[in-house]
Order: sequence, then C-alpha cells, then structure tokens
Amino acid sequence: MDAAESNVTIPKLAIENVSMVFDTNGQEFVALAPVNLEVPAGRFISLIGPSGCGKSTIFNIVAGLQAPTEGRILIDGQDATGLIGQVGYMLQKDLLLPWRTVLDNVILGMEIRGTPTAEARDRAMPMLQRYGLAGFEHSFPSKLSGGMRQRAALLRTLLVDMDVVLLDEPFGALDAQTKAKMQEWLLTLFSDFGRTVIFVTHDVEEAIFLSDDVYVMASRPGRVIDKMPVDLPRPRDRSIVSTPRFVAMKKYCLDLLHGAAVPETPPAPIAA
Amino acid sequence: MTSRTTTLPANAMPMGNTTSNKSPPPKRIARRLPVQRLWPMWAIAATQAGILVAFVALWEIAANTGLVDPFFWSKPSAIWSTMITFFSQGDAFTDIAYTFRSTILGFIIGTSVGALLGMSFWWSRNYALIMQPYIICLESIPKLALAPLIILVFGMGLSSKVAIATALTLIVSTLTAYSGVQAVDKDQEKLFYSLGASRWQIFTKLVAPSCVPWIISILRVNIGLALTGSIVGEFVSSQHGLGRTILYAGSTYEIALVWVAVIVLSALSIVMYIGVTWLEKFLRKGVVH
Repeated sequence: MDAAESNVTIPKLAIENVSMVFDTNGQEFVALAPVNLEVPAGRFISLIGPSGCGKSTIFNIVAGLQAPTEGRILIDGQDATGLIGQVGYMLQKDLLLPWRTVLDNVILGMEIRGTPTAEARDRAMPMLQRYGLAGFEHSFPSKLSGGMRQRAALLRTLLVDMDVVLLDEPFGALDAQTKAKMQEWLLTLFSDFGRTVIFVTHDVEEAIFLSDDVYVMASRPGRVIDKMPVDLPRPRDRSIVSTPRFVAMKKYCLDLLHGAAVPETPPAPIAA
Repeated sequence: MTSRTTTLPANAMPMGNTTSNKSPPPKRIARRLPVQRLWPMWAIAATQAGILVAFVALWEIAANTGLVDPFFWSKPSAIWSTMITFFSQGDAFTDIAYTFRSTILGFIIGTSVGALLGMSFWWSRNYALIMQPYIICLESIPKLALAPLIILVFGMGLSSKVAIATALTLIVSTLTAYSGVQAVDKDQEKLFYSLGASRWQIFTKLVAPSCVPWIISILRVNIGLALTGSIVGEFVSSQHGLGRTILYAGSTYEIALVWVAVIVLSALSIVMYIGVTWLEKFLRKGVVH
C-alpha cells in the first residue's frame, strides 16, 4: 500500500489480508480466504452470505476472540490484531444476565471498563428512556419481549463507547414486524451515535435497507466476492424497499448469492 | 415425466381402497377422562390426624394385651412419660444443641468449601483435568466407613462430628458446583471477553452468579447428609448428642428413650429442612428471576 495514500484517509477499520486456516489431522480447511476490507469512519456496512462463508470468523477475529492465521486488523491505523475490548460486539443472542435488571445489564460494558456503577447508571438511564425501554429500567430480562431484549443488548454494546460496532444477526430471531421496527430503530441510533457499524445478516433486504455498502460473501472457502455500494439517500423510509432501484440491487445480491450468472457491474447509479 | 406422475396416483388409489375394505373398522373406546375431585383441606387434615391417632391407639392396645412385646417395642404411654422426664431432667437441650451444632457446622463448611472448590476448576482446564480422577475417587469412597478413623484423628469432641458431616457434604457440593461451571454459556463468556473483561471479572460477574442456582439445589440434600454424618459420628464415639443418647438407650434396653431420641431427631431434622427451604427461597429471590 502506498504510504502517502494511506495518510490521506485512514480507515476506521481495516482488515488486511486476514485469513483463517484450520489444520485438522493434516487436512487443511480454509475457513476464510484472505480478505481485505476497509471501512471509513461513520459508515454502515453489511456482510451477507450463506452459512459457512466465514462471517462469524471475521467478527471473532476483529473482536480479538480468535487469532487469524495471517493478516492484521487495524483500527484507526493501529494494529489491533488479537486485542479484545477494541470494538463493540453484539452476538446473535441477547445474552442478558438473568440476575441483573435491564439497567444493570446495559451498564455491564461500562462496569467492566471500570466506570463506577452509580455514574454508569446515570449515563444509561436517559438512554433507556430515549430508546424505547422507559418503564423497564428495573425489570428483569425475563419480563421483556424479544425486541426489547435486543434493544437492551444493543444499548449495552453502544454504551461502551467503541467507535466500531459489530452486529451479528441481531434481529435474526425476531418476527417480521418486530424486525422492521427494530431496523428503523437501529437507523435512528446509527444517525444519533455516529458509530462505524459492521452488520452481519442472512437477509438481503435488511442489508440493503440499512447499509452504505453491502459485501457479498461465498463459502468453501469463505471469501468476499463483491462489494455493492448502496447509494440510497438517508434517512430511509420503509417504502424504499419497493422502488425499482432497491429491487434491482436486491436481485443483484441474490443472484450473486445463488451463484447465478451475474451482470458485469452492480446496478448503475440512479440517472438523475 | 408427465406419464409417471399421472400413473402414480392411479396405481395408489385402488391399492388404498382394497386394504381399507378388507380390514374391519377400528374399535372406538368409550371412556371418559378420569376427573379426581379434591377433598377440602380440613377433610385431608382430619384424615391425616385420624391415621396417627389410630396408629398410636392400636400400638398402645397391642402392647397392653401382649400382642407386641413392650420390652422390645415399648408403648406410646411409656414413650410419653420418658419424653417428659427427658426434657425436664435429662441433658435434652445439651444433646439437641450438640447434634444441631455439628450438623450446621458440617453443612456450612462442606457446602461452602465444596462450592469454592468446584468453582475453582473454572480457572484452569489443566488443573481441572488433573484433579478429576481424585475427585471421582473421593466421591466413590463410602465416607461413613472412615468414621472410626476420623474419630481417632479428630478426637471424641465436636470437631470429629463436624469432620464427618463435612466429608459427606463436601464432594457432592464440589461436583455440583463444577457442573454449574461447565454449564456457563460459552457465548456469554465470549461477550464478556469482547467487552475486554479480565478473568477475575468474568469469575465474579458471570461464573459465580451462574453457579448459585446449582449450589442452591444441593442445600436440601446436604442438610440431610450433614445430619447423618453427625449421628454416625456420635454412634462411633461421643459424650453428647442425640445419636449418643440412642446408642446409650439401646444398649441399656431403654426402648422408650430410643423412641424419644428418634422423635426429637426427626423434629430437629424437619426444623433444619424448613430452615434450608427458607434459605433457598431467600437466595433464589436474589439470583433467579
């Protein structure tokens, strides 16, 4: 890479040549072929792909929970390979602790980082009230609906003040209606907090609706096969999903995922 | 393709028809859903009391008419008067307190040390693997068989009874707490690590609270085991305690006193059981929601 060029705009997160190879009884299994990915600050990108394409492996490596066979993770240009606590990571399950109230669950990250409990609660309280958990601050997670639990889990992730946030299929287990509501809620949070988000999903429509860029992945070996910019204006309304432009992008992604013959270039930008 | 799909149902239809024509129609069972009507609570209580009264009365009559030998079996009226003497002039309360103390101490030490030991296996996989065979060996030893040895080592006083009660409860608690450790959600651990948590933070904020319901579940079993341990210790050698009273009364053919001690022991056991149930509820409230 050209040093001068990289100085111009240091990406918030860079995944450099990261690969993952497992060695089982002398047989090499490539979970992830070298992946290169750069995410500028404040962007929302999605990874979509079939199961086994290495989405979760990428997340684990970025979060420092797995060491890559090769390659590095750079956050603000600094090597963060194998370091934990550098990014916010929300797993598929909400993983709320049943013995803590919603408020005390949400402050878990701050607590681990050494923020005094009282101060953490003071910071979290207005967030809970603003982002749809008012009245449930002192309830236990078992009293919450699936959507509410995901809200709490996401707030827990956002409140640790990490610039990069990884979201691993956070709405995968929700029903369609709740999911749509949560997507809009997430977009509100995204514009309020201004974080850099990497979102993993199976749902092509969800990926396009939320993202600035969609990365399409393939399995055996896990790899990124295409990057599709989503140049739809924000804020986005739900009705956008039925516009021809959106439908064309969705078709493009689905064709890629299903390995069908793919057009040479992604759908052309909207002709003004 | 098309010819095959059309012939398939055509073939299947007559086949299905012939079989259903030949077999007789299935018999239908005319049976109503059994519904039990619950008696009112007073009727249940009255019946319970009635059975007890009848049992005591029959025992008394049988002993008086010589149907059972009162020398070996004693009789309710003799047990009652012995009970009064036991409480009014004997060392009843010393004995009860002695047995109670060794049971509670053994219960507390066995449960807490066992729980800590079990949870400590979370710290290192190597340590857990090394310790595993020893724990299994200790579990399989019939601990009561060691009672005479423990008395020799710890002496005739309270400490030997506590030691036996501890021996009975410790390993069970260890194994249960270790099961709790193994049941900790790996994703939950992953979440903590992703937040940058240290091992100690994961232990105090995740592993220990996750194990609490497991430890709670062993409390009721342990109080019974601890009592058994104390009594056996008193059987082997002791100056005080209800177990010693039973042994002493048996060897001097004071059968009524044996019964008195057994009844008092049962009452003590029930009181402790209720206490533990209360403790369990209290702990559960703090952890499980």
